[in-house]
Amino acid sequence: MRARGWAPYLFLAPFFVVFLVFGLFPLLFSIYLSFQQWNPAEGLHTMHSVGLENYWYAITDPWFHDSLLNTLWFALVSGAPQHLVALPLAYFIHRQVKRGRDLLVGAYFVPYITSSVAIALIFSTLYSKDYGLINAALSELTRLPFIGSPLEAAQLARGGPIDWLGDADTTRPAVAFVVFWRYLGWNLVLYLSALQVIDQDLYEAATLDGASTWQQFRHVTLPLLKPMIFFAVTLTLIGNLQLFEEPFILVDSEKGVSQSVMTSAIFMYRLAFNDGDFGTASAVSWLLFILIAALTWLNARLFGRDARGAHEAG
Amino acid sequence: MDPIAVSMDTPEAAPMAAREEVTAVAPRGWSSAAASALMTSDLSLSLSSPSPSPSPSPSPSPSALSVQLPRRRVTAAAIATGLALACPAAPALAGIFGRDEPPATPTLRVATFPDLDRAAQAAAARWAALRPNVPLKLSSLQYADHHLAMTTALATGSGLPDVMAIDLRYIGKFAASGGFVDLDQAPYHAAAHASDYARFALAQGRGPGLTSQIALPADIGPGTLLYRKDVLDKAGVSEAELTHDWTTYLAAGQRIKARTGAFLFGNAGDLRDIALRQGLRDGEGIYFDAEGRVLVDSERFHRAFELGRTARRAGLDARAIAWSNDWAAGFKQGRIATTMIGAWLVGHLRNWLAPETAGLWRAAPLPGGVKAAYGGSFYAIPKKAQNKAAAWDFIRMMTAHPGVQLQALQVLDSFPALVSVYQDPVMDEAIAFLGGQRARQMWRDTAVSIPAIPVHRFDALATDIIRDEFEKVIARGKDIAVALADARSLLERRARRR
Repeated sequence: MRARGWAPYLFLAPFFVVFLVFGLFPLLFSIYLSFQQWNPAEGLHTMHSVGLENYWYAITDPWFHDSLLNTLWFALVSGAPQHLVALPLAYFIHRQVKRGRDLLVGAYFVPYITSSVAIALIFSTLYSKDYGLINAALSELTRLPFIGSPLEAAQLARGGPIDWLGDADTTRPAVAFVVFWRYLGWNLVLYLSALQVIDQDLYEAATLDGASTWQQFRHVTLPLLKPMIFFAVTLTLIGNLQLFEEPFILVDSEKGVSQSVMTSAIFMYRLAFNDGDFGTASAVSWLLFILIAALTWLNARLFGRDARGAHEAG
Repeated sequence: MDPIAVSMDTPEAAPMAAREEVTAVAPRGWSSAAASALMTSDLSLSLSSPSPSPSPSPSPSPSALSVQLPRRRVTAAAIATGLALACPAAPALAGIFGRDEPPATPTLRVATFPDLDRAAQAAAARWAALRPNVPLKLSSLQYADHHLAMTTALATGSGLPDVMAIDLRYIGKFAASGGFVDLDQAPYHAAAHASDYARFALAQGRGPGLTSQIALPADIGPGTLLYRKDVLDKAGVSEAELTHDWTTYLAAGQRIKARTGAFLFGNAGDLRDIALRQGLRDGEGIYFDAEGRVLVDSERFHRAFELGRTARRAGLDARAIAWSNDWAAGFKQGRIATTMIGAWLVGHLRNWLAPETAGLWRAAPLPGGVKAAYGGSFYAIPKKAQNKAAAWDFIRMMTAHPGVQLQALQVLDSFPALVSVYQDPVMDEAIAFLGGQRARQMWRDTAVSIPAIPVHRFDALATDIIRDEFEKVIARGKDIAVALADARSLLERRARRR
């Protein structure tokens, strides 16, 4: 009887132990740490309370400002196209592609489940200045008529082949493209799944009413997709604000240009692991959390009510 | 039912386990290295080398003892995604939950990293003869993992080894931690052995304010100018033109570029880095003076920035960062005519960077009479080490035994920190890769004349900040004075806090 009483808890224990150790404790400890000044190399005993100073220090730091701007830039430049491309693409695949659809969607989805390290390494090879495939293709294009000579002139003006990941002008777009490429498939799958639950009768009714394909998309599909758009945009927003691996691996921190792709997450990493300032790094992580919460709330204010309404109507 | 009790080694069982590890290199992390040990070591191994060749793992691989190691970006990324995003406190967690049992036998635990570990491995037999009743246990983690694990161990005071290997890049940070024994004190009396070591390297191992000897140097990287003799001959440039001063060096570079198409060197940043070491004297810091004042908007930095900018504007640098694919390919294809780096690069070039260019390279002193060191490795004893007496014996064996030091030179191409071996015939050997040049004689002379520059705990941070500002100058046209003022205020801001 007694044994039966605690047996369920025993079976549940592995999850809770792991969660407490690796989930809850670090979370709470980082809150505590954000009010402390601590360089871990100097030992736990050197930790001392500084109140809100870490937060103030982070908020007034010029690199933090840069990193926020970079982060927002990425959210916009790599985030927005994901949806602007994924939505029409999903619609097209849904309506037009019948045979081999799973294969096609799978192909788009593969980058999402591939290791970001592998992706970043492959792209850094593609982007290589002297030996990369992209520059090789560009130099082949200069042989073509019409576009060839202006392209060559542009290259000469830059002083040689484009140093995609070594030039502050091109580094950010290059990284943004990788992020876009990687998450396109994910959004595609989200939209496709939402499209598949839309009742076919609605389209038939619209066709009977004489609506064109565009009108059907505009007035039937889009409104019914709103809940999914809300969900997908929220995920993109959170994902982009936490962006770390792609810029971190693609752009060597040994390069001065790495600052042009220093996202807030990278800034936090540099504070903690390069400078040994774990307190401020924790404060930055909580500032980021607040920012993500605020933007998600804003997103919900802007799209959420409509989305919920549409969902209830649907 | 206590899950911890189940996995705990019984004291009776421990000696056996320890004995099995006498000479084995155990790359398994011990206790608080767990955070780093999470990393897939084979992944970081296969990605660690920037070599584009199909088999990037050099063997026998040369000295990796230097500052210039290939960054462990990949590993770090994995760590960071796991830890930094969720919570920067995770390493502390690993330390708290890691168990740190006192060894039942007086095992000597040495934590090190590749390729430095090969020097210790090579000396294992000698250690077994020296202290047969103190088994040696080497744990080796990848470069970045090792230093992260050591930071974690210092933070929590748990899982510290008896002997810790430290790369020059981390020595300032670690020395400031207060977590190491002062080797000047009894029973070590390192000061009595001060004349054993290259002066500058010994100074690098001193703690804040130079009041204590935190670490002893195992190897050093005398700075040298390596150049492609064939490219110079083709361009009609002499070695003297390269080395006379910076002006003649850049002028020679322009001739080389015009006549052969080769770049003078890899990256404008390399030139900046070495130029800002020009004219330093004993006791002067690179970024901070003895009182901790920030020096980055001094005349020295202005000059170095201007020099770097001039080289970039003249198109003399290949814009290739050290250890990148473009950099490696630049050497392979003879597109980079010279490079200023530690003498250990010869080993890298010979083994994997550009083996087919053997015989075409020569070594010269750095231009303008600059004496500088690139990298170096050290050994230190943590205060919480269990076996300090043996640790000291081990460190002395690794750093002050002529046989061990010369063995390291042969195994890793690392340059000895022990000055007594500078008289050894090996220093007069002709180096085939350098076309039979007896270059070690020159490096030896460099090693003893490098100024003793103290390291500062924020040197690494200052390097980052200066690098970023320099990039803004050469790529975005930022004014040098403004860039250096910005660097200064940022550095003061960061340094004032701690």
